[in-house]
Amino acid sequence: MSSTDVSKMNPTAAKPKINIANLLIEGRAFGALLVIIIFFSLMSPNYLTISNLLIMSSHVAIYGILAIGMLLVILTGGIDLSVGSVLGLAGIIAGFLMQGVTFNAFGVILYPPVWAVTLMTLAFGAFLGSITGVLVAYLRVPSFVATLGILYVARGIALLITNGLTYNNLGGNETYGNTGFDWLGFNRLFGIPVSVIILALLAAIFGIILARSAFGRWIYATGGNQRAAELSGVPVPFVHICVYALSGMLSSVAGLVLSSQLTSAGPTAGFTYEMIAIAAVVIGGASLNGGRGNVRGTMLGAFVIGFLSDGLVIIGVSAYWQTVFTGAVIVLAVLLNSLQYGGKRL
Amino acid sequence: MDTSVIPVAEPETSEIVLSARNVAKIFGSIQALKGVNFDVRSGQVTALFGENGAGKSTLMKILSGVYKPTSGTIILDGNPIEFDSSTDARNHGISIIHQELSLAPNMTVRDNIFMGREIRTMKGVDFAEEERQCRLLLTELEENIDPRTKVEDLRLGQQQIVEIARALSVNSRILIMDEPTSALSASEVEVLFKVIRDLKAKGVSIVYISHHLEEALQITDHAVVLRDGNMTAYAPREDIDLEWIVRHMVGEHFNLGSPPTGYPFGDVVLKVDEVTVADATGNQKLVDELSLDVRAGEIVCIYGLMGAGRTELLECLAGRLVARHGRVELNGRDITRTSIAERIAEGLVLVPEDRQRDGLVQTMTIGQNLSLANLRRLVRGLFTSKRLEREHVDNAIRRTTVKAGSPDHLIGSLSGGNQQKVVIGKMWSTNPKAILLDEPSRGIDIGAKAEVFRLLAEGAREGLAVLYTTSEVGECLSVAHRIIVMHKGKISAEFGSDVTKARIMAASGEAVVH
Ligand SMILES: Nc1ncnc2c1ncn2[C@@H]1O[C@H](COP(=O)(O)OP(=O)(O)OP(=O)(O)O)[C@@H](O)[C@H]1O
Ligand SMILES: [Mg+2]
Repeated sequence: MSSTDVSKMNPTAAKPKINIANLLIEGRAFGALLVIIIFFSLMSPNYLTISNLLIMSSHVAIYGILAIGMLLVILTGGIDLSVGSVLGLAGIIAGFLMQGVTFNAFGVILYPPVWAVTLMTLAFGAFLGSITGVLVAYLRVPSFVATLGILYVARGIALLITNGLTYNNLGGNETYGNTGFDWLGFNRLFGIPVSVIILALLAAIFGIILARSAFGRWIYATGGNQRAAELSGVPVPFVHICVYALSGMLSSVAGLVLSSQLTSAGPTAGFTYEMIAIAAVVIGGASLNGGRGNVRGTMLGAFVIGFLSDGLVIIGVSAYWQTVFTGAVIVLAVLLNSLQYGGKRL
Repeated sequence: MDTSVIPVAEPETSEIVLSARNVAKIFGSIQALKGVNFDVRSGQVTALFGENGAGKSTLMKILSGVYKPTSGTIILDGNPIEFDSSTDARNHGISIIHQELSLAPNMTVRDNIFMGREIRTMKGVDFAEEERQCRLLLTELEENIDPRTKVEDLRLGQQQIVEIARALSVNSRILIMDEPTSALSASEVEVLFKVIRDLKAKGVSIVYISHHLEEALQITDHAVVLRDGNMTAYAPREDIDLEWIVRHMVGEHFNLGSPPTGYPFGDVVLKVDEVTVADATGNQKLVDELSLDVRAGEIVCIYGLMGAGRTELLECLAGRLVARHGRVELNGRDITRTSIAERIAEGLVLVPEDRQRDGLVQTMTIGQNLSLANLRRLVRGLFTSKRLEREHVDNAIRRTTVKAGSPDHLIGSLSGGNQQKVVIGKMWSTNPKAILLDEPSRGIDIGAKAEVFRLLAEGAREGLAVLYTTSEVGECLSVAHRIIVMHKGKISAEFGSDVTKARIMAASGEAVVH
């Protein structure tokens, strides 16, 4: 995984003891992950097998991709509640395009190729996100409210388009030349599911952006102290629009991967996934007040949640208890967080 | 070190209410206090002097229960005691006004003053009573603030008054004031001193920290000097003078410099033409059709009372506030409608007044704060260059003489004055053509103050246009070529560097002290 440590990118090093604090908090998330893996391997011989790990990882991919976008937003001090709905809507849009677009005026049905479907879906996600961004940046709508609105609107549109039904046939058709949609969800490169590779790539890219680019630093500064950032010449509105647009786009990526894994797209896909994404970010040590957190931690958080819930399924814990356990883990993580930052106040 | 003064309590007629014995405090690798003895005398004022980072605030935080000492004891009324928290210390009658304001900006003045000590009745909080008490306190401080205004809508100086009112409202026996006047104007300081004298008469013991040495000498009964975590000198007021403090604090005498001469001014760099700034409601003009020119190489000082509109003027010039009408020109180019970032790129920067709110990103390190305004120039290819950034940060630290263990530490680990230097260093290092500084000397020691003014003089010599504000008359008469006095949003007078303090103060609408 990429190096995304904030304090590491710093000039003039006191090298030996740079990020002990960070290691500790990540150590905790990492420790939790180990505990989970050990516990479930003892409970079930099937848990710690390569094939199961890969399957679980392909589930984590969905949460992880969402969580990266969520992290960007949370780092600026906001929150994006719309990621689950945008994920669902992205699947529907892809499904809709795959069924062919009818132009009544010409009496033709156009079947866009899969790459075009993918691009259009991503662009749509980014567009939805930038609406939130404009609301937050220029109209000063709190992000919680703006994204809550988008959450409902996106879900509603998904239901409207499909009339509540599900697109089942995303395999495409040879004769229309739009096959290949299932590649994302089913295929493997070197034995690793494509979705996991996509997650790793995205994590690396955004990890480097956050740690090394000026834009990354702007994100941290905006979340740390918006007024000071502004006065230092950070283009705060631009940063806001970008993070929400990126979060929307990443939600679309997750939507494409999920509907490809299922070869179907339902209007309720991704329901409450925003909570999972938030949990992953928080378990990964980010502060909900903004300005603190990194991709590496968030990835650990996503794996903790994914491996925990799959493990519970494997050992046959009832769905109700799964919910209880997941909640307990989240609270525990937030507790650790507030311990970390609580003691460090100025 | 001076041998005539021994940093141990000597026989005294007045009794000692609170003392620290051999108190040491270690933060990670930094030893902030190295075994300090300090006494607070009943019904008297003890002033604590020391450079930035000497450990004054740390000692006060230990005395008021915010920090626990690494070693050493605290003695209250002759008995050793350990405070669990600042609330615990408050219950023992010790309260503190922190150097960095600790108010909740989203809450009203009333709620802040009574936070955690709400007046409760059967029917809930008795807001009317709280408000009445607030009004009394604020009247005593001669400040006309409605208890129902939100703290974030107050100017910095007013916030400081609220902080003081909150500490007074507790009726404690021992009151610690860590730079209570850093954002106050001379007349408000007078009022505060009157309050302090009343408190003394009531038997309250006071610890007073300030970098305004003359001011502190007016009020104090005892002086203690800290240097690098050691107590280096103690003397009662009768035995000392300004020179004594400076000698023990920094070892030599400083003056604030004189206007740099021997070169011609260049063209007008910053031109302000009939600029008007209105308050949030749009009814009141905070800056009223103000015009002003600053030439290359010229240093202009704006003096004025709180509320004169200085901060609003500078924020408008920097692009934070919109000018209702008027024009701002930089090097002949109209920049009235440009963004803050564009103005920084063009070479017009602001060092803001309130470093916590506007100057620093608390979640970032010292180095990251120093490079924030300059990131665009540190990018090579896609990423910021670590090497360039390190050079940049090292340069900035050297130029502004920030006392920091390592630039990788969080900004909050610096002493107040060093944080201020970081804010100046951040903007200075963008190589501006014109620099605006709003109260640049807030919270910095006299050595650093001299350093900052020397920096301004040096910059001016190289063709920088400098515009700074101050509420201390003494600072007007340092490096400024021209002194502008602002009153109610307008320029009320303009002087050369040969003016007297009394004339400046008269023009600001301030009653001349003494
Ligand atoms: N929370 C902290 N973590 C690490 N170091 C700290 C912390 N607080 C203070 N220090 C260090 O302890 C030393 C003393 O700081 P302190 O704030 O007491 O100085 P001060 O005398 O109040 O200075 P100033 O006049 O600038 O306010 C400084 O070197 C500072 O960097
Ligand atoms: Mg201090």
